[in-house]
Amino acid sequence: MERNEEKPNGSTHTISLLVENKPGVLHRIAGLFSRRGYNIASLTVGPTEHPEYSRMTIVVRLSSKPVEQVVRQVQKLVPVVEVRELSPQDLIERELMLVKIKTPEKNHAELRALAETYEASVVDVSPDALVVEATGTAGKLDALEERLQSYGIQELVRSGRIALERGFKTLAPPSLK
Amino acid sequence: MPKEKMTGARAVVRALESEGVEYIFGIPGGAILPIYDALFDSKKLKHVLVRHEQVGAHAAEGYAHATGKVGVCFGTSGPGATNLVTGIADAYMDSVPMVAITGNVSSALIGTDAFQEADITGITMPITKHNWLVTDVRELPRILKEAFYVARTGRPGPVLVDIPKDIQNAELEFEYPDTVHIPGYHPPVREEPRLKDAALLVRNSVRPVIYLGGGVRTSNAYPEVLAFCELLDAPVVTTVHGKGAFPENHPLCLGMFGMHGGRYSNYTVQGSDLIIALGARFDDRVTGKLSTFAPEAKVVHLDVDPAEISKLVTATVPLVGDLKALLPGLTEEVKKAFAAHGRPDISPWKARVAEWREKYPLRYKQEGQKHILPQTAVEAIWRKVQGKAIVTTGVGEHQMFAAQYWKTTGPRQFITSGGLGTMGFCLPAAMGAQLGKPNDLVIGIDGDGSFQMTLQDLATCVELKLPIKIFILNNLFLGMVRQWQELFYENRFSETPLADCPDFVKLADAYGCLGLRARTLDELDGVIEKALAHKDGPCIVDVRVRRQEKVFPMVPAGAPLNDMIDGE
Repeated sequence: MERNEEKPNGSTHTISLLVENKPGVLHRIAGLFSRRGYNIASLTVGPTEHPEYSRMTIVVRLSSKPVEQVVRQVQKLVPVVEVRELSPQDLIERELMLVKIKTPEKNHAELRALAETYEASVVDVSPDALVVEATGTAGKLDALEERLQSYGIQELVRSGRIALERGFKTLAPPSLK
Repeated sequence: MPKEKMTGARAVVRALESEGVEYIFGIPGGAILPIYDALFDSKKLKHVLVRHEQVGAHAAEGYAHATGKVGVCFGTSGPGATNLVTGIADAYMDSVPMVAITGNVSSALIGTDAFQEADITGITMPITKHNWLVTDVRELPRILKEAFYVARTGRPGPVLVDIPKDIQNAELEFEYPDTVHIPGYHPPVREEPRLKDAALLVRNSVRPVIYLGGGVRTSNAYPEVLAFCELLDAPVVTTVHGKGAFPENHPLCLGMFGMHGGRYSNYTVQGSDLIIALGARFDDRVTGKLSTFAPEAKVVHLDVDPAEISKLVTATVPLVGDLKALLPGLTEEVKKAFAAHGRPDISPWKARVAEWREKYPLRYKQEGQKHILPQTAVEAIWRKVQGKAIVTTGVGEHQMFAAQYWKTTGPRQFITSGGLGTMGFCLPAAMGAQLGKPNDLVIGIDGDGSFQMTLQDLATCVELKLPIKIFILNNLFLGMVRQWQELFYENRFSETPLADCPDFVKLADAYGCLGLRARTLDELDGVIEKALAHKDGPCIVDVRVRRQEKVFPMVPAGAPLNDMIDGE
């Protein structure tokens, strides 16, 4: 008989949820993840094309449980209209990052050039600091972050991943299409 | 139906009437006063005034378990609501349909740490199928309709509706909806059930075992299960909530397996090559150490809750859906497979199972014992009523003795707290079951520790003249904990001996009900007869049992299922 074995390094999955836009929904979902021991790497939530519904993108890191188990547990929550793991091949994912760098003005030009290579932009400048805004995949932002390290990162914030699937497929059930 | 102007409180009463609710178990309080005022005028709803909200919730469970209908309980805000929590958690673990309605402080006071304020929707989120805090009185009819619907459909369970006092007093145009529309509630089943694949596994199995859980009860699938088991002619084992899913006096039935299951039942599961799990969830109390569970078995797992599939044990063929609806299809497919390929020869397997059963029966030794053994008491009661009773239990050794020796022959006749293991469950569950089944004999098998957790509600049972009979298997110990201390903690009986107090006979007298006691074997039968003959209100029987008796066999927690202690 097969059993669910522990995977030492864990695996990361992107789960997309369409949920009713009602008070307490975030609490219900976050609570389920914590009590069942599913590790949230990031969670984003925002409005959708439908005012009654919000979309959540949760990146979950699992060491022993299969992702299907997470999806099924989440599906049981009454305000969750639809939930699916997005396949890594068909995934368009984006994250937003803001980085505040404390650096003398003489470095600013160099930083602007660096930002440009990452399709990022400088959105605030003061004599000894500037703020870089970047969007992209988590990997791209990781790379930029690493490059910026040497200039002295003062503060950094990342939004967590949002994602949609490529092509015509959507998460909404037929009643909402 | 034309709309009618009324208050939120009145709307609650009307909604409950529309749902066909018979009994409400509850206690009034400041924040639920408007609802109790509206209840005062209802001719259809009967309210049972319990002495503690936990009892109200357990009584609603007992009622729901015995009748299959939704149990209803009320509590006021703050402590009233938090006292319901244990009962709600119990119902959640055991999939019992329940609607709990709580009053809360007025909307304007919510979040201000007002007097008797508790965030009960926040508190009960992990232990309800869903809950609602009503913020607009106009939503009340829809929410109550949804609450009952969610509680009883799919995998049943408890829900809670929290209604602030101002919402109870506000007015609305009442119209009770006929239908519900909850976009996220009924997830589409994406795949056709693989009945043919499951049937093929059955056809190819030479060592099958059928494993029945509480899902047979929640789905009311007794005839379907009986037909299936008899077609396979295979050994049947059950969980504690599977008791009554299949007649325990049927030759195929091996009774309960797991931590305190029969040695032969556990050997059967461990030696099987196919487990057909029907409405069961592979709880740790039945599997023992998961990595050594039934090492050669493939698994057909039929459950209404997709999240139970492959949660602990990977299903070779999962079948998601309602047992009552799906099982006849599987039975048909198995018949076809048998017709096409012939029946597998399971006779050597059945012979082995019979051998185990012969060699390792459930046993205890009353001969030579001065004291009554708890097992003797359970069997003596059973004999007097020939098993024709609804049994409720508390939690502990007495519960396992009842599970082992009370042969349940019909559905919804063994009511216990399985998942949460809530001591104090027996009396309230008996109360609810007796109200739901007024013509049935309701017998409680309780322990002295368990009984004392909810005994205040003897008053309620006396007031209602409920002819329940509670047999306290009294060993003056928190027996199950004591058993673990003896076996695993070197006889260090830390805080498990209970004082011989109160005198249960005098206690019964104080409450105005019949109290009896049996100290010796000679007294036992007479006392049972007297208790059974007493129809005018409850009866409490203090059965003094051997203090050191333990529940055997036993699989120590975390040990393989076939690695059992016998105690001899």
